[in-house]
Amino acid sequence: MSKYIEQPRYSCALGAQQSVVAIKRAVPILHAGPGCSGKISSLIGQGEGYAGGNTIPCTNASEADIVYGGEGKLRTVIDGAFQVIDADLYVVLTGCTSDIVGDDVGSVTGEYQEQGKPIVYAETGGFKSNNYVSHEVVIKAIIDQYVDCYKQAGKKTKGLVNVFSTIPYQDPYWNGNLEELKRILSGIGLTVNILFGADSGGVEEWKTIPEAEFNLVVSAWAGLGIAKHLEEKYGTPYFHFPYLPVGGLETSKFLRQVAEFTGADKEKTEAFIRSEEEKFYMHIERTADFMLEFRYGIPRRFYSLLDASYAIGFAKYLLNELGIIPARQYIIDDTPEAFQEAIREQFHRISDQRSAEVRFIVDAGAIQQEIRQDAHKHRSLILGSGWERDLAKEIGADLLILSVPVSYRLVLNCGYTGYRGGLRVIEDIYDRVLDTYR
Amino acid sequence: MSVISLKEPEVAIREVRLGSITGFEGTAGELVQCARTGKLQDNARQFSQCMGCSSGNAFCQLSMIQDAVVVNHAPVGCAGDVFGFNFVYRVGQMERNLPPVIGRYFNTNIEEQDTIFGATQKLEDTIREAYTRVKPKAIFITTSCASGIIGDDVEGVANALTEELGIPVVACFCEGFKSKIWTTGFDSAYHAIVRKIVKPPLKKSNKVNIINFWGSHIFDDLLKPLGYEPDYIVPFSTVGQLERISEAVATIQVCPTLGSYLGAALEQVYGVPEIKAPPAYGLRGTDNWLRELGRVLDREDQIETLINKEHARVLPLLGDYRKQLEGKTAYITAGAAHGHALIALLRELGMTVQGAAIFHHDPLYDNGDTASDALAHAVNTYGDIANYNVCNKQAYELVNILNRVRPDIMIARHGGMTLWGAKLGIPTLLIGDEHFSFGYQGLLNYAERILETLDNKEFVTNLAKHSTMPYTKWWLEQNPFHFLGRNVHVEVY
Repeated sequence: MSKYIEQPRYSCALGAQQSVVAIKRAVPILHAGPGCSGKISSLIGQGEGYAGGNTIPCTNASEADIVYGGEGKLRTVIDGAFQVIDADLYVVLTGCTSDIVGDDVGSVTGEYQEQGKPIVYAETGGFKSNNYVSHEVVIKAIIDQYVDCYKQAGKKTKGLVNVFSTIPYQDPYWNGNLEELKRILSGIGLTVNILFGADSGGVEEWKTIPEAEFNLVVSAWAGLGIAKHLEEKYGTPYFHFPYLPVGGLETSKFLRQVAEFTGADKEKTEAFIRSEEEKFYMHIERTADFMLEFRYGIPRRFYSLLDASYAIGFAKYLLNELGIIPARQYIIDDTPEAFQEAIREQFHRISDQRSAEVRFIVDAGAIQQEIRQDAHKHRSLILGSGWERDLAKEIGADLLILSVPVSYRLVLNCGYTGYRGGLRVIEDIYDRVLDTYR
Repeated sequence: MSVISLKEPEVAIREVRLGSITGFEGTAGELVQCARTGKLQDNARQFSQCMGCSSGNAFCQLSMIQDAVVVNHAPVGCAGDVFGFNFVYRVGQMERNLPPVIGRYFNTNIEEQDTIFGATQKLEDTIREAYTRVKPKAIFITTSCASGIIGDDVEGVANALTEELGIPVVACFCEGFKSKIWTTGFDSAYHAIVRKIVKPPLKKSNKVNIINFWGSHIFDDLLKPLGYEPDYIVPFSTVGQLERISEAVATIQVCPTLGSYLGAALEQVYGVPEIKAPPAYGLRGTDNWLRELGRVLDREDQIETLINKEHARVLPLLGDYRKQLEGKTAYITAGAAHGHALIALLRELGMTVQGAAIFHHDPLYDNGDTASDALAHAVNTYGDIANYNVCNKQAYELVNILNRVRPDIMIARHGGMTLWGAKLGIPTLLIGDEHFSFGYQGLLNYAERILETLDNKEFVTNLAKHSTMPYTKWWLEQNPFHFLGRNVHVEVY
């Protein structure tokens, strides 16, 4: 079956350059064609960050590099990057050109590693996978080739956890989401390596990955491979929570399960949950009359065109805490076959009384055609991307843009995970609903 | 002059066709001199940052033809830029009072096994599906590094599907690795259009082709009183409209870097004369350009009247602006041709241009006519420009230079560069609409915006105070051209 895509919502393997950009003071070095980096930033990079965007060093593969190989050029660009770019970690990533031609990037990078330079490499030729998959590849490469050099044999730090969750920049709200995850996990007494973004500690934090007592994977499937790898490598047990916890119910459930698994202080955990829930539900209760009574119409059902972690998390929250019913749910992240059943199961028992239909389709042009054909008797909500603007208008739906391309929103630290994220969801949905009235 | 051959599926890259370069340091006069005497040599860089590629620029021109579809034959990452163009397309629809539609773009999603077995079947399936979904009047295929290296017969698929579907299915070859000059992608798109869409003229029309991006419709007021109708191409045109651009009386380019190939092809193949004077930027530039337009359109008297009228209107206002801008310093970064125009324009306003980083240099355009040399025009009219750097979006060179030069204002024409002015506390101006500064009124528009920008220092001053700098102290102390011209690797030219 062909897998053509109208309206792409993720990038190729090289898209993991954005995972590197999300690490404080880390810089990708691309051994790739001249346009690759810009195209990736265009879809999944609102803003350059520290040394992303146009700052990213690149060999800009030319015809000569294809014919004669590009290893020499890679060497000079790496040399230059060390001189010109002030970074703590340099990550060489290959593109289609290098991977098809077969440059030995490992041995070129190895020369610098032998000199003790903070540099790693990963093969991320665009055709090899997408950025959900290659995010794992790049993280593993950093751990194996860099972090591992600093491990202190047998050292474990009590209560330290590594968090592997939403993928930086592929999730436009990654920074806010990771901040909230760190905040709530710290709230139950854990010490958190969040690894990416404003609340992380840069490469020094990465160096403590082997010391962690546990790994937490908060994602449907992407990132699970990292935890498995760390289990084999450092014997670190991992806990898998297969979606983003959004709102009071799911966040409390998440924290209790994590506490159970990690042996975090039960009383402290319950006290934290109590105080967070009190605040969370105070806001809900305070405005429940408005939500119940607003007479001009609020969405009654929602479509999702999201990655699996977002889709499950939002569906649970919208249904169980806001009473908006799931219409068809589309998973657009090219979920590998092996993980699809578990995701179906999540939707099958989305609440005690209800199951939701889920489909795995990467070609969102086809999804939009399907949605158009439904009868649209009631106002609905679309959780999707910038591609859904016209569709939403046509079927009389409100659109909350959660997936790339986000283009119609500028995202700083907005996040939708956790207690705070749950409240933000309500604000943003109603913001869009209320904004439709003249 | 490059000879246009519509028999070849691919157009030769600019490096080969025009002898274009991407690395140079010196004065603008020296560059013009070198180019004229055939002594122009490219300087490669030993260290480089990511650039753009042809496929993006080809897509830029093909993606907004209202009834066409683009199939990008590539891994999914290559389609990362399509939403950006869709956004531009939709903004343009608002400006033109067109109904909202999304661009219909498909990616063939080349994967690992395809690099071994080939992906032509995928390409065929995608084209058929695109046709079924959209029923377009034409389908363009843009290629990629991957499709090029694995050797897919894209031209063969295009021809077979043209037969099968009964609409033009046109291959546009724009593999990123082929050229360091991403504007080569414009040439690829235009080659595809002239080769497979444009039909031989049946009659002469009263239309004037305007090769532009998606600028405002400023040519209406100029051409309609002269009895001509502007035909803005290629974005926002239709396939039917493009079929007939061979019937126009003339072709205008807002930027010869953009339209070089299309203008020359229409003249060489179909005898549509191209206005060869550099585009109308600055007072004298506009005078020249208008007179050339009057000559080609046979409206010389009316043009002289217009020039006199506009001078009377604009000169007093210009005098005021000049007084305010006298002695202010500027640094420019932009693509070629438009960058040259900006240099002329700033000097017309009495400003001192301290230098420029221009993305590439074409010694001559496809028409082979020295009259079109915008940089020579700027040098001859306003004098030489020191610190003229040909630099394909290498931010590290720009930061180094800005840090030394510290102009009163930095003027950028493309995204990705403004940050570096602002981080150093230098007011920075980016103007997207290339028509904004066109002609006499454009000069006034620009002056106004420069004054506004110079006046608004609060944001950049505060940003500079709180910014980090990813460039090393060592680098900022080096000669900005430290890495230029030291490349020891084999080049194609």
